[in-house]
Amino acid sequence: MKTIKVSVVTPDGPVYDSDVEMVSTKAQSGELGVLPGHIPMVAPLQIGAVRLKKEGKMEFIAVSGGFLEVRPDQVTILAQSAETASHIDVERALRAKERAEQRMREQKAEHIDFRRAELALQRAINRLAVSEKRF
Amino acid sequence: MASLRDIKNSINSTKKMSQITKAMEMTSAAKWNRGVMNAKAFVPYMEKIQEVTASIAIGAGGVNHPMLQHRPVKKTGYIVMTSDRGLAGAFNSNVIRKVHQTIQSRHQSNDEFAIIAIGRVARDFFVKRGMNVILEIVGVSDQPSFESIKDITSSTVGMFADGTFDELYVYYSHYQSAISQEVTEKKLLPLADLSTSHKLISYEFEPSAEEILEVLLPQYAESLIYGALLDSKASEHAARMTAMRNATDNAQEMIKSYSLKYNRARQAAITQEIAEIVGGAAALE
Repeated sequence: MKTIKVSVVTPDGPVYDSDVEMVSTKAQSGELGVLPGHIPMVAPLQIGAVRLKKEGKMEFIAVSGGFLEVRPDQVTILAQSAETASHIDVERALRAKERAEQRMREQKAEHIDFRRAELALQRAINRLAVSEKRF
Repeated sequence: MASLRDIKNSINSTKKMSQITKAMEMTSAAKWNRGVMNAKAFVPYMEKIQEVTASIAIGAGGVNHPMLQHRPVKKTGYIVMTSDRGLAGAFNSNVIRKVHQTIQSRHQSNDEFAIIAIGRVARDFFVKRGMNVILEIVGVSDQPSFESIKDITSSTVGMFADGTFDELYVYYSHYQSAISQEVTEKKLLPLADLSTSHKLISYEFEPSAEEILEVLLPQYAESLIYGALLDSKASEHAARMTAMRNATDNAQEMIKSYSLKYNRARQAAITQEIAEIVGGAAALE
């Protein structure tokens, strides 16, 4: 089966590098699947999971925003932070989730901190979901 | 001539000092290693984001984004990166001197520039001179993660967007090797000279080039700042390591010369004692 090279890079270093059969991501405009031979494309990503189909199995990476760059033979994901399922610090994510929820209770909805807390909550929930692989 | 005890004291205190500088050298060496590794780990991300940004900004032609446009300069922003602590040789003073000179030569009044000081040394220097410091950040960790400095970078980029300043420079120590670091000036905003060595690819944009630039350019600018900070951290630890090694070497030298002095003084005392005994015995005969 044809494969496509995927690399996930973050400012703190490369996170993932491998050949896979399919990449599915959550772009700002909606779910986006990429197969080998896709035309060159750039799309911003939402906070969400990247699903990689490799040798018939699924692998998951949690990404917090960033970009997807597609070329016919290569997909690059530029994210501000990204973790593979096994690298997620579940306790930290749980703590972050609680903290974010707490802040959202204290702040008014139109305050900028509220929006920040909301994003933090999304990231935490995303990490937890990826670590448990439920979608 | 100093007494035996005085010399002994100086030897002991110099020894203690050299122990401290030696320890500092070793911790700096460890941090320097990590710092260089962090800077290296960042390279792939930087290259990639640069390539994509350049392809979009050049390739999509005719897109207008405030961060790509030159506007009349009413106010200039300067990011100055120094360390929080001293004892790093000329590391901090080199950066500060360069910035100070540049500002003196380019601007007449405080209203024409704004300083973003990273590190306690820069902050103290510019605040003390009553220069316009609009943002100060101290206590950046030795191995900053992108997440931890997100606030700094996004508020800085935000200031450009809302017109607090019309261009932005960053000054930091560029790491060349363990013994040489060079003060570097880099123009961050507006993102003027985007270029790429790779072949330009014409991308499809999802949803549109404008919207992608909207998200991509701030991220690109933020990663430039982060890259400079990593570079500066690697330089800081290298500079401190070298400074501390020199200090240790100097202390050893001093101990050597003190020991020589001490031995001479001791020998002189012995000789004098013998002379006194001989003198005393001669007087008895």
